[in-house]
Amino acid sequence: MSPTAGRRRGEHRDLLTVGDLGPDVAGGIDELMVLTDSFVEVSERQIPKVPALRGRTVVSLFFEDSTRTRLSFETAAKRLSADTMTFSVGTSSLKKGESLRDTVETIEAMGVDAIVVRHGSSGVPRQVAQWAEASVVNAGDGWHEHPTQALLDCYTIRQHAGGVEGKRIAIVGDVKHSRVARSDVAAFTALGAEVTLVAPPTLLPPSLDGWPVKVSHDIDSVLATTDVCYLLRMQRERMTEALVPSLREYTALYGLTARRGDLLPEGALVMHPGPMNRGVEIAAEVADRPGTVVVDQVRNGVAVRMAVLFLLLGSGTEWGGGADG
Amino acid sequence: MAERERRLTPPYGGVFVARTRVMSAEDMQRATWRMAHEIIERNHGLDGLVLIGLQTGGVPLAERLAEALHRIEATTVPVGTLDVAFYRDDIGLRPVLPEAVTDIPCDLDGRVVVLVDDVLFTGRTIRAALDALADHGRARAVQLAVMVDRGHRELPIRPDFVGKNLPTRRDEVVDVGADGVDLGEMVK
Repeated sequence: MSPTAGRRRGEHRDLLTVGDLGPDVAGGIDELMVLTDSFVEVSERQIPKVPALRGRTVVSLFFEDSTRTRLSFETAAKRLSADTMTFSVGTSSLKKGESLRDTVETIEAMGVDAIVVRHGSSGVPRQVAQWAEASVVNAGDGWHEHPTQALLDCYTIRQHAGGVEGKRIAIVGDVKHSRVARSDVAAFTALGAEVTLVAPPTLLPPSLDGWPVKVSHDIDSVLATTDVCYLLRMQRERMTEALVPSLREYTALYGLTARRGDLLPEGALVMHPGPMNRGVEIAAEVADRPGTVVVDQVRNGVAVRMAVLFLLLGSGTEWGGGADG
Repeated sequence: MAERERRLTPPYGGVFVARTRVMSAEDMQRATWRMAHEIIERNHGLDGLVLIGLQTGGVPLAERLAEALHRIEATTVPVGTLDVAFYRDDIGLRPVLPEAVTDIPCDLDGRVVVLVDDVLFTGRTIRAALDALADHGRARAVQLAVMVDRGHRELPIRPDFVGKNLPTRRDEVVDVGADGVDLGEMVK
């Protein structure tokens, strides 16, 4: 049980970071993976809906543009028969000067059970969790964490490669600005994978103290011993910061071109959190190969988020604590 | 006698301590054979029949029933498994987690489904199972086979095929294992 979740024990639990999955992170992830299997089965049915969270309300509070994550959470909630609401910031009272706290309290007053938060600043979901009685799920905050993405990535690797333990995973690209990379490193290493960050020095965080990872600036030397090549989106909006000379040079040095795709061992997976910039971090030829499992990541995302919402709202169990809670 | 940890079956948590053996493995085998004959008799054969074992206690019983049906009629009956966690009416009241992934081997439209469980108690699991089944198609009929009917129903549900009717106190626990059926209690 994480300290963030302890305020009203058993009634209020959050998923803000991968570390929230319990004192034994690997055990918490494993448990969630097993639960996700059940929701994958539900998703494959003719009627992909179960009544587990009937009468519960999930609200998505997104301060940053996101289509796929928001749709994924809303689909997950709907398949659990929960009601969903979208608080769309563009047309909301925040534009009229309402504070975040008042917004959260207003939403809570309507009686919601979970708030899915995305914000451009790190720590906002934690702040919301301190104000809210409802369970809070972090759907991405600043450069900090995006835990459900890490969980769906673990699930996708487990599905295609049998497990994460012992896998050699290269995370390539803009690690510095990537919440996906932070959550993935936490989850992959907890499960016993060997993680190598591949990026130019300008796109790595200033300090990697406490990150149990290797670092390389030469993608060609890494690919031959990589089981999973995880490409991060090259965020075009960062180009103004002059961290790389040009997108074309980034592609030449770090892009997974068709030639580099052939360096990967047989059966290696290529993953991407989306949306992909074809021709920048990934060549179209590589994006369409059978080992590229981006579509499975999206599909599994719904089942993983169903598992997260069910664990938080329905199961009555503790993270990583089995069902005896 | 069996001491088994039970996490998710009532009364939720603790270790089962057996007091009385109420059926031996041979008794269970005989009951399974009788139930198999009754299923065939009731349905005039095995046409369109499918056995669905409820996770987890009903799954091995469904397999044994299928084996018995095969030996009697030389027909293979499809066997599926069903987990009813997401359909329970006590979600939010107590810990609820699925035990295993549901596996329905065929479209249930127009079929006769025989639900198989180890112990019939309040009937709430069966209610949830009926809801779950409806999401997999419209069965022509649903029948219920249980190894032990221990009474204390809370819903208007009755079994079609029963291995043994066992009068119990509410606070007792019935444990159906591969080696037999025990009556006992939970020790925290």
